[in-house]
Amino acid sequence: MDLTILLFLLQDGMTSGAIYALLGVALVLVFAVTRVIFIPQGEFVTYGALTFAVLEAGQIPGTMWLLAGAGALAFLFELWTHRRELTARLLVHEATLKLALPAVVAGLTHVLVPMKAGPFVNLLLTIAIIGPLGPYLYRIAFQPNADASVLTLLITAVGVHLAMMGMGLILFGAEGLRAPPISNASFTLGPLPVSGQSIGVYLVTLGLILALWLFFDRTLMGKALRATAVNRIGARLVGIRTSLSGRIAFALAATIGAISGILIVPVTTIYYDTGFIVGLKGFVAAIIGGLASYPLTAAAAIVVGIVEALASFFASDLKEIIVFMLIIPVLVWRSIASGHHDEEEE
Amino acid sequence: MTALFSLDNFTVSYGKVQAVSDVSLNVAKGEIVTVIGANGAGKSTLLNAAMGLLPARGRMTFEGQELAETDDVEARVGLGLCLVAEKRHLFGSMSVEDNLVLGAFRADRSAFEGTLSDVYARFPRLLERRQQLAGTLSGGERQMLAMGRALMSRPRLLMLDEPSLGLAPRIVADIFTIIADLRAAGVSILLVEQNAKAALDIADRAYVMELGEITRSGAAATLAADPSIAASYLGLGH
Ligand SMILES: Nc1ncnc2c1ncn2[C@@H]1O[C@H](COP(=O)(O)OP(=O)(O)O)[C@@H](O)[C@H]1O
Ligand SMILES: [Mg+2]
Repeated sequence: MDLTILLFLLQDGMTSGAIYALLGVALVLVFAVTRVIFIPQGEFVTYGALTFAVLEAGQIPGTMWLLAGAGALAFLFELWTHRRELTARLLVHEATLKLALPAVVAGLTHVLVPMKAGPFVNLLLTIAIIGPLGPYLYRIAFQPNADASVLTLLITAVGVHLAMMGMGLILFGAEGLRAPPISNASFTLGPLPVSGQSIGVYLVTLGLILALWLFFDRTLMGKALRATAVNRIGARLVGIRTSLSGRIAFALAATIGAISGILIVPVTTIYYDTGFIVGLKGFVAAIIGGLASYPLTAAAAIVVGIVEALASFFASDLKEIIVFMLIIPVLVWRSIASGHHDEEEE
Repeated sequence: MTALFSLDNFTVSYGKVQAVSDVSLNVAKGEIVTVIGANGAGKSTLLNAAMGLLPARGRMTFEGQELAETDDVEARVGLGLCLVAEKRHLFGSMSVEDNLVLGAFRADRSAFEGTLSDVYARFPRLLERRQQLAGTLSGGERQMLAMGRALMSRPRLLMLDEPSLGLAPRIVADIFTIIADLRAAGVSILLVEQNAKAALDIADRAYVMELGEITRSGAAATLAADPSIAASYLGLGH
């Protein structure tokens, strides 16, 4: 194997690794704030990818209707919870977030799609369609038993994953879709051709991680999310609603999933069930990061991407197996190295 | 005098076991009221339920308004109730200053800078350690941070659960001086303590709690002078 091939594989691996990093970071975020092991993260990748591809093809994506349906269902859940103390203010607030928002997104979609407004507008539209699905999903599936055990939440998450995958089949069909590349540019860096698409992936990943860092480090709401993760009772005692933190975490995770999907759909054909495998690789990184460390997760994700690229060159049949086996030494090491962890103690 | 805060026939259970039975008490504006009692008497249960962390039966009013069961912890913080819990519940992996910033999560943002400098003035130690992680503070500093964080919400009623727990006597004295200062600044305080002597010294009125029930109540000085109280709670020889 010569240097060019190695460099090429490295570039390939780092590009996938960057996407796994985004997903891994989202998984850590969701787990820290809500204790949900967010298996359906992969479905947000699929939905984002396919929604974007359908928009690029000049059609109305089915996820737009899903958004309206999920919003209405979440609205009904909210009404039921507050049935004894409904106020006009609460009604307006909830109707705005859960009924008006999907309606506005649907309106924009119908106006913008026939105009063929281009990939950037479609990207924003995709985020607007997929992002709010996160908090609606949290409201419907997870908030009602937010204090349940991690295992119960995991079982719920698996159920949601299966439901969303089935829904993906209904909305998009069994055929795979692929979008035209956002950028056709390519450069050469010494002997190595670098595609504009992978530069785009690096930039978006870095930008998102920077934005997340600023959010968590500088804003009150970001700090409130961290506080919820560190000590739920402490957060409640200062007046932070853990359900609000949960919804924001899910909104971020859904948005990150959608962006990851948009980044990969020009490179890979995405089927209704592809997101799951992509999500699992982010999951491998998140496990290596102990479901707690963002930098470790991001670094592990890059390693996962590179190992996967090398494995697909040297032993393509065993590619997935090799990637998922990365988890084993980490688990062994963790079980040896760790004492017990208290969930709620300071 | 109208009470700022009152509990009537307040009952709290863990499953079938009643930990607090039919407790009635009140706190007037500007008062320090203490509930003293042995370990396991139900003091923490009482405060946690008053804050909304545990479900309870009975009537609870704050500033003349009856609180409903649907007023959750977060809503009560918004109304001006604040609890410094026995376990403190600090955000250990965040800085001292971030803990304080979060204390003001529900407070008026425009008052934030003023409140923060007020808290730092009360607890100069916190100012020195503002960038340090809360989890690395000493016991006394943690208690100061817990109180400082509570003050950031500008509470009208501050509920303190055993602020002296696990602290060296000199630091206990500091903490109680600060509690007395807070009252002088207009904060009403409901103080729960096993350290009956220190609590009775600064309180206006006191309740004695035994096995989940209030057995005695009255002016703090009267109770402190009562021989049976002295025997049970102040240690023999006082
Ligand atoms: N989470 C709990 N589950 C069941 N019983 C509890 C729980 N917390 C406290 N208790 C019981 O309730 C009683 C009162 O406890 P607590 O309110 O902590 O007392 P105090 O604060 O006065 O020491 C004790 O008998 C204690 O064992
Ligand atoms: Mg106690």
